[in-house]
Amino acid sequence: MLKNKQRKLLIDMGLLDQQFSDSNIVITKAEDLMNWARLSSLWQLGFGLACCAIEMMATSASHYDFDRFGVIPRPSPRQSDIIIISGTVTLKMALRIKRLYEQMPDPKYIISMGSCSNCGGPYWEHGYHVLKGVDRVIPVDVFVPGCPPRPEALLEGLLKLQEKIRTETLRKKSV
Amino acid sequence: MKKPEEIFEILKNKFPDSDIQIDLETPTEPIISIPPKRVYEISLFLRDEDGLLFDSLMCLSGVDDANGEKIKDEDGSETIKGGTLSVYYHLYSVSLKHKITIRTETDRENPEVDSVEPVWKTADWHEREAYDMFGIIFLNHPNLQRILMPYDWDAGYPLRKDYKNPEFYKGMKVPY
Repeated sequence: MLKNKQRKLLIDMGLLDQQFSDSNIVITKAEDLMNWARLSSLWQLGFGLACCAIEMMATSASHYDFDRFGVIPRPSPRQSDIIIISGTVTLKMALRIKRLYEQMPDPKYIISMGSCSNCGGPYWEHGYHVLKGVDRVIPVDVFVPGCPPRPEALLEGLLKLQEKIRTETLRKKSV
Repeated sequence: MKKPEEIFEILKNKFPDSDIQIDLETPTEPIISIPPKRVYEISLFLRDEDGLLFDSLMCLSGVDDANGEKIKDEDGSETIKGGTLSVYYHLYSVSLKHKITIRTETDRENPEVDSVEPVWKTADWHEREAYDMFGIIFLNHPNLQRILMPYDWDAGYPLRKDYKNPEFYKGMKVPY
């Protein structure tokens, strides 16, 4: 049974299109419910690469509080829904990132945080060791620009990802 | 506490058969040049001799002097043939509070220098880095393998002046 407060929350989030006078029933689409559950509890792989990771940790800390969006760091890729690529991806690290990504269970999402992982950043020309964009090895959902991005920018990136998940469908996609 | 010139005189007297020189015209402190195959014994002497006692290797760096013959390739890039690679050692004595810069020069085509890892343990990773970036072989190093680049990197030594980045590494495109 849903409490009034919870029901109001669901209505505010656009999950319920109608309010019922009886307070013990909720009708919604399975898709909306699944998406809502997924986007509200994105467990993040505890993984940082460079200076962006410091901003990511600041976002997790009490001042910006990633947890209010359901993002908490997990120490294992097997328990994670999202990986934030926060820093310079070297060629050596790219292979490890690919493996970590493959170890995560579906559905899984990727935020590329900062110029380095977006496109190579300051290493784009002479960085003999840097992968020029992490999207060359794994499929990125949201790119967050900045060098490094402020916590607000990362939060914005997460909200964009949530928007994206909200419109997902359970129907099988044609390949 | 000794000046570089005094240390040079001590080395000159101790190793009369080695080609040891001092360059006083540098913008920084003077640099003492020693032969690459005498590095180990001279280092040991610098560390243990009373009045020198260089107990700390502050830094060990490789340098590509790029003083060989430059050959233009068809695609406009340059390959350097011949010339030298150098290794610089910055030493400091904690007890006597003096410091010195040592340099050794080695053949670019067959770069071999004595390892000073048995003298200063700091040199272990520094020499691995100089090997990784310049391809300088440190003789008698206990574990001379790449330290920063992938262990199986076979596209050459990135900080050499004529280095060319490969197009692909393990299926990943490398250039921008």
